[in-house]
Order: sequence, then C-alpha cells, then structure tokens
Amino acid sequence: MFSSLTGFEGGLFEDFRRLQEEIDNLFDQWPATTGVRSVARGTFPPINVGATPDHLEIYLFAAGLDPKKIELSMQQNLLTVTGERELPPNEAVTYYRRERFTGDFRRVVTLPEDVDPDRVEARYRDGVLQITVKRKESAKPRTIQLN
Amino acid sequence: MAETKEVATRQPDALQREGRRPELVLRPATDIFEDDDGITLQMDVPGASKERLTLQVNRDRLDVDAEVRIDIPQDMEPVYADVRSTRYQRTFALSGELESDKVDASLKDGVLTLRIPKRPEIRPRKIEVRAD
Repeated sequence: MFSSLTGFEGGLFEDFRRLQEEIDNLFDQWPATTGVRSVARGTFPPINVGATPDHLEIYLFAAGLDPKKIELSMQQNLLTVTGERELPPNEAVTYYRRERFTGDFRRVVTLPEDVDPDRVEARYRDGVLQITVKRKESAKPRTIQLN
Repeated sequence: MAETKEVATRQPDALQREGRRPELVLRPATDIFEDDDGITLQMDVPGASKERLTLQVNRDRLDVDAEVRIDIPQDMEPVYADVRSTRYQRTFALSGELESDKVDASLKDGVLTLRIPKRPEIRPRKIEVRAD
C-alpha cells in the first residue's frame, strides 16, 4: 500500500533518507529550516497524506482510540486532530516494556490551499483514522473548449 | 572510424540483488506486563485486520507478522508519509515456564493483545505459616 503510495520506499531514496536522518540527529543544533508546524519524527500518531485531483486523504495510524474522544477541526486549510489515548498503568502487574504512547495528542496538517473546509469526512477502522477532504470545484483542472 | 565505448554495464544479477534487499518493516510499539498467572503483550498494529495477521510460535520464539490494508483511491499520489511500510513484524523470545501452545490472541481497533499463561506448577503459591 504505502510502497505504492509513496513510491520511494526502499532503494536509493530510502538509503538517503536514513543517512539524512542520521545526519539530522548528529547535527541537532544545525541551523536548518524547520517548518513552524512540523513535528519531530516519531510523534504520535504517524500520518500519511495522499492527494487525488478532487480530494485529499489523510491517514492517522492511531490504534486503540475511542472515536468519541477524537476531535477534528478545519480552519481554512489547516486540519487539526486532537485526542487522547489513556493507558492507565495497572498497579497489580510488573511492566517489562511500556513503548506504547499514552496521553493527549495533537497533530496539525497544512493542506493545499484549494481544500473545501466544509466538506470533510472521517471514519475510524482497524485503528486508522481516515479523513477525506474535498477540493474546491474551481481548483480542478478543466478542459477549455476552443471555438 | 567506429568506436565503441562502454558507458554502463548491467550486472547480470542486478534484479535478484534488488530483490534480496531486506524489506522495510514496521516494528510495532509494545507493552509487556506480567502477573501471577501469565504474561500479556499489547501491540499497536493500526491498519492490520484479523485476516492479515499471522502469529507463529516455534519453541520459545513468538513471531508476529501483520499486513496493513487501508482504503486507498486508485489515482492517489503520495504527499507525505510517516509510515513507509505496509508490514508489521516483531519477534519475541519466550521462556520455558510459559505455555506457548496456549497463547490467546485478540485484535481490536488495531491493538493486538496476546495472553500467554504460565505453567500451573510454577505459578507462585502462597505458603501459609502455621502457628503451633
């Protein structure tokens, strides 16, 4: 799925990305440009975004959420998803590993300018929140007839 | 005068070598805890469904393999991707006191829960102190 979705999995690109990540970690203080709304890698939940000519699909990989506790908002082309995943520690057991994210989360995605903030749909299935945002009709490519 | 110059040589096994590149897999975040009766593993595998999940117990080795299947429109182009693989994989080493043939698994909303009971004979027992 994402191999075809991203088209850059594996191969030279992947090697380059790994190298870049390592360099990024190495030179943490390097004065590189950081998007104002971008987040550090590994932030919960991971997001994938795809586009078709008439809509955008945003996938949030967030397992074990209560759909009632997910909040979505659109302000112009800014999509904000907030929610919480509470995994209260069980006092009666011994933990060996606690890798899963617990607590409040918030992710902001800057979408292209041509999205229609009034036409947003979201569904939650198998731990993936999929949000479909339609693009404005006027932004679609049109065929212009020659007279 | 004709001159031939070799600009690039295609390795005869180039395709196979490409194929042997280790597949990029996702390592699911896991919580592991133990109580008196057994061990529980909880794993985040968002996008995996029951049909595409394989659990294998081989002696003291537990392999979890799951494939991500989500709804993707045909004409979609990628814009951004945190998740760069379609497969979850993780292996755990079990220990002898666990009844690895009695693993109970359940999957809900992308969370896989595995419960492995301990052998009854090694479960901790309360020893009563008699007062004579």
